[in-house]
Amino acid sequence: MIQDVLFYLFAFMTLLSAVLVVANPVSRNPVTSAMFLVLTILFMAGLFVQLHAFFLAAVQILVYAGAVIVLFLFVIMLLDLKEEQSRRIGKLGSVLGLVSVGVVFVLFNRALSGLPAKVPGATGQPSLEGLTAPLGHALFKQYLLPFEILSVLLLVAMVGVILLSKKDLR
Amino acid sequence: MTTLNQYLIVSALLFAVGLAGALTRRNAILVLVGIELMLNAANLNFIAFWRFGPNPELLRGVMFVVFSIGIAAAEAAVGLALIIAVYRHYKTTDLNRMDTLKG
Repeated sequence: MIQDVLFYLFAFMTLLSAVLVVANPVSRNPVTSAMFLVLTILFMAGLFVQLHAFFLAAVQILVYAGAVIVLFLFVIMLLDLKEEQSRRIGKLGSVLGLVSVGVVFVLFNRALSGLPAKVPGATGQPSLEGLTAPLGHALFKQYLLPFEILSVLLLVAMVGVILLSKKDLR
Repeated sequence: MTTLNQYLIVSALLFAVGLAGALTRRNAILVLVGIELMLNAANLNFIAFWRFGPNPELLRGVMFVVFSIGIAAAEAAVGLALIIAVYRHYKTTDLNRMDTLKG
């Protein structure tokens, strides 16, 4: 019962703040959008907790709200975006956006309505007390190669970012 | 009791909102924000399928999301560096004004 209430609360707040990220009727400031993105991420972490993915909820808050959004905020404040505040979304743009939302949602909804209520072979509640320890074991044993590849990818991204944001490439 | 379908509908709506943001906003940074929303919707789907699907103890869905969050972080960093480089050149982040490749 309480879980249902929490699910609807978190789902509604996630979607509401996501809409406010994209189309805020009060403020056109990109910083406001980024702040509502933080809210979206936080409520989404609540949904992850509901799904028993506690470690991922923590990672979501640490990585997204802590690192990615801060990066967005830094870039927004580095660039001079005064013109964005006075800009309004054009008629064509808003119609296009609404139509795309509608089409994508109808598509997904049609795909979901044919689904059986339970996934075949589902065992119900996962019997994992703590997710973090088995996750670490799997990450460093079964998924070691992808993990290392990801670390190389992050290194490449870091070098690439430094190169891209240098003034002269020579 | 919440079901798989409820989570899938939430994630579909979130994806649709992110897509609308990526299509309607003309500021490159806010387009990236829309893409982040869509990535998050995909992550929610992975976890919902992990939780309600068969063999949750194998942690497949969780692994997908761990890697997807790592890649999203790299993607955001590279995307923002590109935006800074473009801003140096064009003095704007408005996507409509970056039309050098337009035929």
